[in-house]
Amino acid sequence: MTTILDPTDERVPVRRSLTARPESVTGVVGLLNISKPRGDILIARIEERLRERLPGVEFRNYAKPTFTKPAPLDLRQKIAEECGFVIEALAD
Amino acid sequence: MPLPPFSLPALDGSPHQFPTGRHALLCFVKEDCPTCVLSMPLIQAGAAAFGDSMDVWCIGQDDAGNRRLAAAFALTAPMLDDSALHVSYRYDLDTVPTIILAAGDGEELERFIGFGKADWQALFQRLISVTLSPAPVVDWPAYPESRPGCGSRSVEPGIAERLQAEMEGSPVRARRIDVGESDDIFEFMFDQGLTDGLPVIPPTPERVVRMLAGTKRDPQEVVGVVPPNLAPVTVEKVAINAVMAGCKPEYLPVVLAAVEAITTEQFNMHGVLATTHFPTPVIIVNGPIRDRIGMNYRMNVLGQGNRANATIGRAVQLVVRNVGGGRPGAVDRAALGQPGKYTFCFPEFEERSNWEPLHVERGFDRADSTVTVYAGGAPNGIIDQLSRGAKSLATSYGLALATAGHPKAYGHGEIVVIVPPEHVDTFAKDGWTKDQIRERIQEVSARPARELIRDEFCAEGMTPQQAGRIGLETMVPKFRDPKNITFVVAGGEAGKFAAYLGGWVSGPMGSQMTTVRIRE
Repeated sequence: MTTILDPTDERVPVRRSLTARPESVTGVVGLLNISKPRGDILIARIEERLRERLPGVEFRNYAKPTFTKPAPLDLRQKIAEECGFVIEALAD
Repeated sequence: MPLPPFSLPALDGSPHQFPTGRHALLCFVKEDCPTCVLSMPLIQAGAAAFGDSMDVWCIGQDDAGNRRLAAAFALTAPMLDDSALHVSYRYDLDTVPTIILAAGDGEELERFIGFGKADWQALFQRLISVTLSPAPVVDWPAYPESRPGCGSRSVEPGIAERLQAEMEGSPVRARRIDVGESDDIFEFMFDQGLTDGLPVIPPTPERVVRMLAGTKRDPQEVVGVVPPNLAPVTVEKVAINAVMAGCKPEYLPVVLAAVEAITTEQFNMHGVLATTHFPTPVIIVNGPIRDRIGMNYRMNVLGQGNRANATIGRAVQLVVRNVGGGRPGAVDRAALGQPGKYTFCFPEFEERSNWEPLHVERGFDRADSTVTVYAGGAPNGIIDQLSRGAKSLATSYGLALATAGHPKAYGHGEIVVIVPPEHVDTFAKDGWTKDQIRERIQEVSARPARELIRDEFCAEGMTPQQAGRIGLETMVPKFRDPKNITFVVAGGEAGKFAAYLGGWVSGPMGSQMTTVRIRE
């Protein structure tokens, strides 16, 4: 990670940087269905394929109450606590 | 003064805190130092002989190397990890090995660096009397009398600056922004809107600390208040932007002086930025600093290629952009702008003429180094290759300047004329002073009021009423005051091409040329 010093007058919050991507997939992968029609089918298929490729990895399913709004804070926190990775999928 | 307390982990992760309440021998080493390697058996011998009654610690400067050293010498003394170098830095180490004997309360009793057989023998004698332990078994004849040590990792270039930036009392206080490994740092800076459209050097704390070494001024000293956001700018913030612009530390005093100059009331940076007109701060450098930092006042003086010229001007622009928040399309409302808004800085070729240089004309000593800022437009060429006398050449200048802005625009304010060496020689041949040139320019550029009246062909110009008031035949001078014409000598030896930089609204209603002494 590189650290730089802010050249501005510091009135505006800084955009957060991306978390470093791990070399391999381990631990828990969250699958977040945003609740668009047929999103469950897409997510299920992704999970099926990933289970074949990543036998040691645990998958957990989550769903947003509605696709029209951002995920509620408690859902985001739950996913962040429980998972090292998350795949968010829509469908239609 | 007791030594600074610290806590460092040994190889097994167990924390070791100093002071320990017992005598302690602190042995700072790094693996790739042959003198440290030479000293390791003695450290181990000391640990074996005295380790029951006192603490003998190795403090290694590199994590992987520490493990190899400990293994190679079957070390029973704890090998503490100072790979972050914070203890080495706080203990002011220049050299490894550094061997420090401390009392139980942390008071330093003795310190030596490198390898000295006599130092070690004396140290062991002292420890024998302190601990009443038998002497360590050492094959003294196998050791050389002395060996110099190696540089401590804490003083290596790059690392020293990082440590300085990390430690308490760090000169840098600016908010730190962590850029993730998956982000491209250069793209990140573009995305954050921190650049002028060209790539910038990432202002890491190390680079900023290095930049701050270019001035003796306190990093937190406020240099000025930068429009349009009226943000106070510290020496540190200027240094950050100077790093981004590509400046060397020795340029920083010039950048600081320029920032001071543009943030004065009389320069009116807000107006210079906000106008739909062309101006930008043109920075003219005078005095001995020009050569000390390698500025170019000769060939292609207004062009590309010289780091000091290019980056000083750019740093000032970045301060306005980043600290002041002055961005094009926001408060910067320029219709066209101009290339000088990336950077516009050059020094005067003072030695090339007998005239007083700009800063002396403006009341400074020749030995002073100064920046003069001027709200100027882009260069307009004045081509005169045929004049062989001062009067003819000054006439050319006058005819060219008569069109500055608009041929019917009169009562003009400030203007800067850059006089190349060949034109300097032509004026010098007839012994002309700058005032004579000014007078001639006013003479040939003056027009009778009747020629300047707006009419059906051109709506620009004065109203018939204005012309009537002053008299239709009255000659109207182009410039309100001949003193508004500033000459600066610069350029290559060959080429009879001068340039003028058109002004903006000048005087108290607009922007006034401002000179500031450069403080180092």
